Amino acid sequence: MDKPEYRSVGKSVRKKDSLQLLLGKPVYTEDIAPDALVVKLLRSPHANAMVKTIDTSKAKKVPGVVDVYTWEDVPNQRFSNAGQTYPETSPYDRLIIDRHVRFVGDVVAIVAAENEKAAQTALSRIKVEYDVLEPVLDFRTAKDNPVLVHPEDNWHMLCDLGGDNTRNLVGTTSDAGGDIEAVLADCDVVLERTYHTKAYNQAMMETFRTFTQLDRYGRLHVISSTQIVYHVRRILSHALGIPKSRIRVEKPRIGGGFGAKQTAVCEVYPAFVTMKTGRPALCVFSRKESQTCGSPRHEMEVKVRLGANNDGRIRALGVTTLSNSGAYGEHGWATVGLTGHKSIPLYTGSLEAFKFDANVVYTNMQPSGAYRGFGATQGQFAVESAVNELAAKLGRDPVELREQNMVREGMAMPAYFGEMANACALDRCMQHCSDMFGWKDKFPVRDMGNGKVRAAGVAMSMQGSGISGIDVGSVTVKLNDDGGYMLLIAAADMGTGCDTILAQMVAEHMECPVDAVSVFGADTDASPYDSGSYASSTTYVTGMAVEKACTQLKERLCAIAAEELGCDAAELRFEGGCVRHEATGRTVSLSEIAAKSQCNCRLAPEATAQHSSPVSPPPYMVGMVEIELDRETGVVEVLDYAAVVDCGIPINPALARIQVEGGIVQGIGHTLMEDVTRTPKGAIRESSLFTYRLPTRLDTGRINVEFEHSYEPTGPFGAKSIGEIVINTPGPALAQAIYRATGVWHRELPILPEHILLAKPKE
Amino acid sequence: MEVKIKLNGKTVVDDIPADMLLIDFVRAHGCKSVKRGCETSACGLCTVMLDDVPVLSCSTLVARADGRSVCTLEGLQAEASEFVGFIADQGAEQCGFCNPGFVMNTIALLRENPDPTDDEILAYLSGNLCRCSGYVGQLRGIRAFLDEKHGKEVERG
Amino acid sequence: MMWLKMGNHSLGTAIDLCGLGLDAIEETDEEFRIGAMVTLRQMETHAGLDAYSRGAIKAAFQDIVGVQFRNGATVGGSLWRRMGFSDIVTAFLAMDSYVELHEGGIVPLERFVNMPYDKDILVRLIVKKRPGAFAYQAVRKQRTDLPTLNCMAAKLGGEYRVTVGARPGRAVLLRDDQGILADGITEESVAAFAEHAAGSIRVSGNMWGSAEYRRALAPVLVRRALLALGEVR
Repeated sequence: MDKPEYRSVGKSVRKKDSLQLLLGKPVYTEDIAPDALVVKLLRSPHANAMVKTIDTSKAKKVPGVVDVYTWEDVPNQRFSNAGQTYPETSPYDRLIIDRHVRFVGDVVAIVAAENEKAAQTALSRIKVEYDVLEPVLDFRTAKDNPVLVHPEDNWHMLCDLGGDNTRNLVGTTSDAGGDIEAVLADCDVVLERTYHTKAYNQAMMETFRTFTQLDRYGRLHVISSTQIVYHVRRILSHALGIPKSRIRVEKPRIGGGFGAKQTAVCEVYPAFVTMKTGRPALCVFSRKESQTCGSPRHEMEVKVRLGANNDGRIRALGVTTLSNSGAYGEHGWATVGLTGHKSIPLYTGSLEAFKFDANVVYTNMQPSGAYRGFGATQGQFAVESAVNELAAKLGRDPVELREQNMVREGMAMPAYFGEMANACALDRCMQHCSDMFGWKDKFPVRDMGNGKVRAAGVAMSMQGSGISGIDVGSVTVKLNDDGGYMLLIAAADMGTGCDTILAQMVAEHMECPVDAVSVFGADTDASPYDSGSYASSTTYVTGMAVEKACTQLKERLCAIAAEELGCDAAELRFEGGCVRHEATGRTVSLSEIAAKSQCNCRLAPEATAQHSSPVSPPPYMVGMVEIELDRETGVVEVLDYAAVVDCGIPINPALARIQVEGGIVQGIGHTLMEDVTRTPKGAIRESSLFTYRLPTRLDTGRINVEFEHSYEPTGPFGAKSIGEIVINTPGPALAQAIYRATGVWHRELPILPEHILLAKPKE
Repeated sequence: MEVKIKLNGKTVVDDIPADMLLIDFVRAHGCKSVKRGCETSACGLCTVMLDDVPVLSCSTLVARADGRSVCTLEGLQAEASEFVGFIADQGAEQCGFCNPGFVMNTIALLRENPDPTDDEILAYLSGNLCRCSGYVGQLRGIRAFLDEKHGKEVERG
Repeated sequence: MMWLKMGNHSLGTAIDLCGLGLDAIEETDEEFRIGAMVTLRQMETHAGLDAYSRGAIKAAFQDIVGVQFRNGATVGGSLWRRMGFSDIVTAFLAMDSYVELHEGGIVPLERFVNMPYDKDILVRLIVKKRPGAFAYQAVRKQRTDLPTLNCMAAKLGGEYRVTVGARPGRAVLLRDDQGILADGITEESVAAFAEHAAGSIRVSGNMWGSAEYRRALAPVLVRRALLALGEVR
């Protein structure tokens, strides 16, 4: 494939905010918030209870306390905190404060005080009597359980997705192709396996936080660490019962999101306080609140039925998923779909039949939300592990087995809504990764003495690029007075670098240096509508909006120049720094056009364009890991992680590489050290970074990342997404390496040293 | 209680509650680079220099800093600028929230050990968590800085 | 301070001992005198301690959270709390160590570890420089996590001493009362001692590991630490 020569795209440009961040400038919500009321939340110690009585009188008397709000003070109008396109697929099951508290940590009261100490003191002075109810703490028994998490009458959904609060159901989904029972009956080998993954926490370094105030027009001005400014505006409008036009939401720099901030976890509390008091308010979640009252990954149990022939042909795949949404239903239905739709299509190669069924249930546990990978991670841990188990059973090399069955370019994927694999270099990723990693040498188990063995594992992955037929990306590109450009977006750079990546695209289209493009975002008062940054959408969807806007802007600039030159715009050509009259060679510089646009001109030198894609082209990836496992202690050391990714054309290779490295390390954390356990009463034990162990830089091993290019015809410059896929391979690859070293398949994550040492080989 | 602290070279006298933590003090005095990432002394985001020694400001009482010097990234811009561009070249700053603590501790490392090995870098910085970058890009950045610096020194002879 | 801030209790009056000059390690021909305010990092980087412990102090301290934490955490704070998981207690308990208490005088660390909390003040740690060899072992589920189990083996003069901590109860000191190691460190003698040691210490479960896991780890760490001693020799 001939690669076009780009000047800005495909270059490892520094992030536009890099030095501000590295030099510690005040660019985050808490840094820029002026003096404000401190907002603190009293949280339920019970997993399921009714507030019988609540006495706030002593708390209100604490000097410095401005007010204390309870369930009696909030509207009885249910809403969803999910940052999704309207009408959301998540149930309207929340109140700002509900008399019925549904998990340990659910909000019982809001305290607004002049300072931290007064707020803390007030929390301890609120007297609550609870009617403690029996909680649902096992998601396997939640469906049709006599205990209902949401018995209320005004629970509702905007779409019929199988949700039913009288059955503890958030939603159901299914898909099928071919006759799976018939094909399974005809297979030489049928594996039925059940896998379990937990409610991992995004643990972004900046916890949830929001500042609110009334602006000079009396509108609610929200500055929040969020990935979804427009959705937050809608959510606040629903929750507070005020028109969207009375709300402005902006995000400053964000200290990490990974999907956590695709849910409006904390916005509503300070917003409520500001609406009640008229005063600025700031709510900063503690790490404990972030860990126990946030929006982590959905815990899931995934059953796989895999049918194959002795020659290695994978002919049938069944996936049945049970997802634990916790006490509220944010992203529940949307997430679970990916467990099937993003796992089964990997084996399109020789697949004759597939079936996918899923239930999402309510429990009295921390509500889940969106986390990088969004269901694909859970589904692929199951399916990729099952394929690795098949390889072991057939005595096949798992790389060769995948090469025999994988999806390849040009194939239609029946289990992925029939989408075509237009750009798919998965086969090349596998080859490249094998060579780079040295698969042939590392796959055999090697005894290193002193109880230590080395072993390897492999997995592959796909994700999507935006939500097909739903996500909307828009940008405005304006010519500045000095001939540079301004790019206005509502996509949310949460550290990923999308501001810079989109600016690179503008620079490429407008034939100018990246430095000539300034970026502003995201602010509902100034940015054009964008769904926000989630679902691996920004580069792919918003990137196409950039392409459209730039095309329109060039035409517009030619039209303004035509007025200056007194000719027809069609005679002019945009040439980067200027517009040229083809016939005469006369040129008008961009600053001349800018000046012209400000004097006796009816054309604005700007263009706004919007994009939405009917398809969601998957990026593909292969990951391979080598471990050293201590058979006497169960401790696993990651030695080498090799990954090759097909994200189409990487717009910024350095930033793409960091995405891959960061995602792999999160995946290593979920597989080997991050755990979520609960007390018998349903409280999360791993409620701090002291107990919820994130990988340090001593835990990662060497990570080598390379790319295989493909060209996605529907993406900007051939690009697909990369943000999410990168978290998916460590789980199954590490589980396989551990099996190779110990003879035991671990089908539940995390796999802690203790699990390894105490497990007894079975088969 | 009254404390007198040299904060980034300037003497600050303040009347503080005895249980005030250093992180809250420096932030109240405009040093917003200092971030709180946890409440359990686990993340390294709040690293400041106390008499040139890197400590966790979330786990240090202001009272302990009385009569001593405290330095935050606001006071070490030039020293940080020597190498942070190399991190930016890798894109390894990412969300940036952990950067000030990471940069402060890297300064401490390089003062103590101007030519560290990769293993020494990893060990010294192991108390600085980062959830975005996966760490290896930060290591590449520091390595590139050291290679250029020491390469130049070799050239100069 | 590190632990204090994680709790949620009120103190009427707190007195900082930082002005007492207890922030230095004094080394004489006979002993190390380590002031209560000496930080873990000071000990870890002290050339004399490193040479005497043959790297074991550094090995025991290097995975405690991070450099900044170890610059703040003090030996006094670590020893006084006598936390079960403490790498500091496990390491020094295997040595010929004493604490100097303001009221109680000089007390062997082995006794101090089992004393009830009182209102005394720990002034310094004293480590006698009895010639010896030391080796440290620990298992952590993540590199800078608390240990699931830790162990220090020492040969002091002719005496073998093995400490096991993070059981998760307070560290215990085992001696070779039965002479299992009387003929020196061999694969066989060490394995026998490890089994004996594992059988004589009590373990239980917490978030960092179950009793069953600790029971399985104990002989492994004891054996490895003792074998490492042999290598040192």
